[in-house]
Parts: sequence; structure tokens; C-alpha cells
Amino acid sequence: MDFLTLLQIFDSSVRLATPLLFACLAGLFSERAGIFDIGLEGKMLAAAFFSAAFAAISGSVWVGLLAGIGASLALSLVHGLASITFRGNQLISGVAINFLAAGLTVLIAQSWFQQGGRTPSLSGNARFNEITLPFADAVRDIPYFGPIYADLISGHSILVYVAFLTVPLTWYLLFRTRFGLRLRAVGENPAAVDTAGISVLRLRYSAVAICGVLCGLSGAYLATGLQALFVKDMSSGRGFIALAALIFAKWRPWYALWACLLFGFLQALSLRPDAVEAVTQVKVPGQLLDALPYILTVVILAGFVGKAIPPRAGGEPYVKER
Amino acid sequence: MSYLKNALGGAAALALMAGAALAEPALMYDLGGKFDKSFNEAAYNGAKRWADETGESYQEIEVTAEAQRVQFATRLAEAGYNPIVVLGFQNAATVEEVAPKYPDTKFAIIDVGWLDIPNLRQITFAEHEGSYLVGMLAAMASESNTVGFIGGMDVPLIRHFACGYAQGAKAVNPDVTVIANMTGTTPAAWNDPVKGGELTKSQISQGADVVYAAAGGTGVGVLQAAADADILSIGVDSNQNHLHPGEVLTSMLKRVDNAVYDVFSAGVDGFEAGVHTMTLANDGVGYALDENNASLITDDMKAAVEDAKAKIIAGDLSVVAYYENDSCPALEF
Repeated sequence: MDFLTLLQIFDSSVRLATPLLFACLAGLFSERAGIFDIGLEGKMLAAAFFSAAFAAISGSVWVGLLAGIGASLALSLVHGLASITFRGNQLISGVAINFLAAGLTVLIAQSWFQQGGRTPSLSGNARFNEITLPFADAVRDIPYFGPIYADLISGHSILVYVAFLTVPLTWYLLFRTRFGLRLRAVGENPAAVDTAGISVLRLRYSAVAICGVLCGLSGAYLATGLQALFVKDMSSGRGFIALAALIFAKWRPWYALWACLLFGFLQALSLRPDAVEAVTQVKVPGQLLDALPYILTVVILAGFVGKAIPPRAGGEPYVKER
Repeated sequence: MSYLKNALGGAAALALMAGAALAEPALMYDLGGKFDKSFNEAAYNGAKRWADETGESYQEIEVTAEAQRVQFATRLAEAGYNPIVVLGFQNAATVEEVAPKYPDTKFAIIDVGWLDIPNLRQITFAEHEGSYLVGMLAAMASESNTVGFIGGMDVPLIRHFACGYAQGAKAVNPDVTVIANMTGTTPAAWNDPVKGGELTKSQISQGADVVYAAAGGTGVGVLQAAADADILSIGVDSNQNHLHPGEVLTSMLKRVDNAVYDVFSAGVDGFEAGVHTMTLANDGVGYALDENNASLITDDMKAAVEDAKAKIIAGDLSVVAYYENDSCPALEF
């Protein structure tokens, strides 16, 4: 496998890791605050639909992005209402959101566009175009560094850069600010936070809202960045992969970045059976490559990569003592 | 009360339908809806063409949930519509249940060829022949001598498409490289345009400059990625040339419209039961040529394809079907 092929696989990994990274960080905020969220998939899907639909109607991808974030936020608040205010089961609420999003998006798409649950294809300003970083063409001829900068780092849609910047931002917010400390505390020991006179409800709601915004970005990237339309069920389980990455990352932002890149890389690898064959000298069945991310997930969940300890108060609704 | 209301509503609907119909044909769409720009819409076009030409009318009904299949088919039969065309292999169980109960009603089903019911016409398509022709076009249009195929879910039907395509491409140029990828092994593979787009990009990086998508909703992602990268793509089922004018080389047509038109035209008297295969010979499959791709298909290409088409019809050239021995002479999966 030559350098350029490797670069292309990495390039593809970055694109495929981006939606995972957004969703993974979304889950990180929510779960660090003690709210398990298996509705990432549904929120992504809803955001994908609304971003594509509004971008198609308005002709502006930014309107689409806002609509996508709005839709995801609305579902997040439903989840919050069910699991924080009404102290319902967080897993059930998440499952319900997944079903709701899967059905609702197709239904609305059919009623708005009559294209069998699809949105029209987006073009021009209605989608995120690839941006070329400065000097990308100038440095292309420098060996190694040139192609890496011009092909791998440059030439993605803006949301990719936003995703990667969200990682240090998340780290800073969670580990260097008062809000972050309280948010983590509310996921470990909400009673202590409450005793200190800080509202558990408000903290958990803000975590769930951040989760909604990030899922919105993830879905919008799928429908308006990577692709240029919405198709039913287009999130194809990425929300669940992101959840697995979150556990793999032990609920830490930098680990989340590496976990998502690893999953992105495995997905990119499954697109290139020829390259895998060239390296391993064995014909690896495509089905096995497709299954790799899932096999890895099972291995991870079985605890082979060290113990992953979730936030202690995760999944438990907080009942204030009277 | 609500049960009574339902029953009354149902009876009213039935009465309405019964009043309108006597030996009018009917069409039952599959999930996906009438205007899906593909399979169902093709059927609608066939029915409409028949109605426009004959001046007669037909009944149509859209299935929107699994539970409605048998219910709707029964209602159509009960109301006296004849013949009734049912779309899609997912309705095989529907006609298996309904058709024997109405032996005097003629049924037809598209994409099913394995049932044994006397009043049922089963229509299948020779997708490998159509794919062979677009494979030839792909190899002729390719400048890099590399063409790609992207399938949806890895099932024999899609391998059948890929196999015909590879044979066509190799017939034009024995040295051509055919890269074939499947999107996945679960039904999610039909609706993953993101992965379709990434597969297209990876095939482009391997040198492909024409990519054929037989992948349902994933295919639109393939066509999009190909258009973005300024390479050619090939659509499937219905004519998808208009999706990216000038960048879709052609589309492999599956003439569901002709199948529906034929059944409607034959009516009850001309109805023939049994399995019917729509091939190149009876315009059941083909390649699309319209104003959107006129500049892409040269006269030489057209002549070569028409020549092969004539040979296939005459039986001088045989395209091996993947089904024959579950393997493909031109492509390894």
C-alpha cells in the first residue's frame, strides 16, 4: 500500500469519524451529567432530515443547519422532560426517540416533497462545500507534508473542523470551568451538588441541551456536508457506534477523539478491500471488514481494554430529599 | 362505537369502490409510494399510459404500512377489480394469501417468479441483460480502463446486476478493471447514501471513472459523489439521467411500466398466468437515452450497444446469469 492510498484512507476516516465525533461528544455531555442517552441515533436522523429539508426549501445551508439543531434540541428536551422532570426510564425514553425520529422524518418528508421519503438534492449554497485551507495548493509539491496538508487536512467541509475543535473545547469546559465541575459532579453525586445549593435539574437540562446541539451538528453534517440530501434511515446506526465509542473512550473527550477516529478508520478500511488485501496478502472477505467496527465494539464492551466505569449516578433520576 | 364507525366507514368505502368498478384493472403500489422516482413511479407511468391511450380508468391504492397489504388486496378483489397488479417481491405473501380466495380474479405480481397459483401472472426481469449493455457503455466511456459497481445489500439479485455489468464491460475491453463493492449485508445498506458516497470516492481513488449504482437510496449518494467529482455514473431501475444532467452516463431501465401496461392492455380475456420474464427482447430491460445524456453517448457507442442488443435478442450472445450457478465468470465477489 503506497503513501497516497494510505492518505486516501485517512482522508475517508476523517470524514466518517466526524459524525461519530459530534454524536460521541453529545453523549459525553449528557452521560457525564447522569442522563444516559441512547437516542443519539434518532436525534441525528431528525437533524439530518430537517437540515436537508430546510436547506432545500430556503436554499441556504445555514438555515438548514439551524433547523437541524432545532429539531435535535426539541427531541433532547423531550428526553429531558421524560427523564429529568418526570423521572422516567432514560433508556425507554431514548428508544422512543429513535422510533419517533425514524417514523416522523419519512412521514414529513413524504408529505412535503412526495419523493418517497426523500428530500430533493441540494446544490450550491444549500450544502456545505469543501473548503480549501490557505496555501494548500502552494505546498502540495513538498514531499509527505504537502499531500498531508493539501489532501488530508485541507478540503473538508467546515463542520469537520468544528468537530475537531469541539474536542479541546469540551475538555476545557468539563475540566477547567466551574460549570464543568458541577456538571461532572451531578453525574457522580447529585445529592452533594444539591446540598451545595446548585440546581440539579438546571444542570442536567443544560447538559441535555448541549447534547441536542451536538447531535444536530452531527445529523446536519450527514445530510448537508457528506451528502446532499436526506434518505430515510440515513444515519444507519452511527448513533449507536458513537455510543460504543463513548464507552471505549471512558467518557473522556480526548479519548473520544481517538475512539471515533479508530471507528472511522475501520469504516474507511472496509471501503478498500483491495488495500487490505495488498497489505495482508490474504483475501479478506468484505463482510468481515464491514463487521470489524461491531466486532471491536463487542470486544470493548466485554472489557478487554480496561474497565470502563460510567458516571456513578448515570441512569438514575434524581429525587430531591424532603 | 368506534368499532362500529370503522365498520361503517369500511363498508362505505367498499360500496364506493364497488359502484365505480366492473372489470376495471387496479394497481397496488408497494411501500415507498407512488412518486418514488423509481419502481412505483414506473408502474404508475405504465398505468397512466394505458389510461391515456384507451380512455378507460383504473383504481390504484398505496400501501403505507405492512399491515395494509392483505387488507388492501382483499378489498380490491372484493370490489371486483380485475386484473389486479401488485408490485414488489415483498407482496409475495400477500398474493399467496389473497389470490387463491378469488380464483376468478386475475392477479399479477412484479419481481416474483416462484409461486404456483393458477390465476397469477408473475413478472420477473432479466436485469443481467440490461446491466450487460450499460457495462459496455461504461467500458467505452471510461478513459482510465477502470469502471466501478456499487451494490446495495449483498444479495443474489444485486450480484446478478454486477455480473451482467462486468460481462458487458469485459466484452468491450478484456483488460478493463471492474471494481465491485457492496454497501453492506443488512437492509440498512439500501439507505446509506453517506457510505455510498464514500465508496464512490474510494473507487475514484482506485482509478474508476464510471460508476454503476444498483443500490436503492444509497445509489443517489453514489450519483451525487460521482457528479461532485466530475466522473460519470449510471443509474438504475427508472431513468435517473435527469438527477445530474450531463454527468449520468445512462440508466439501466427496468421497464415496470411496460409490465403494468401489458397486463392492463391484455385485460381479463387476454390474461396469461405463469412466469413471464421481461427481457431485452420484449423491452423489459434496457438503457436510457434522452436529452440529458445525448452528449455522452457517441454514435459508435450506440451502434456497438445496439449490435449487442440485437445479438442477445437473437440468441447469438448469451449473458450468464449469476443465478445459474451462483458465480460469475467475469467478476469475483
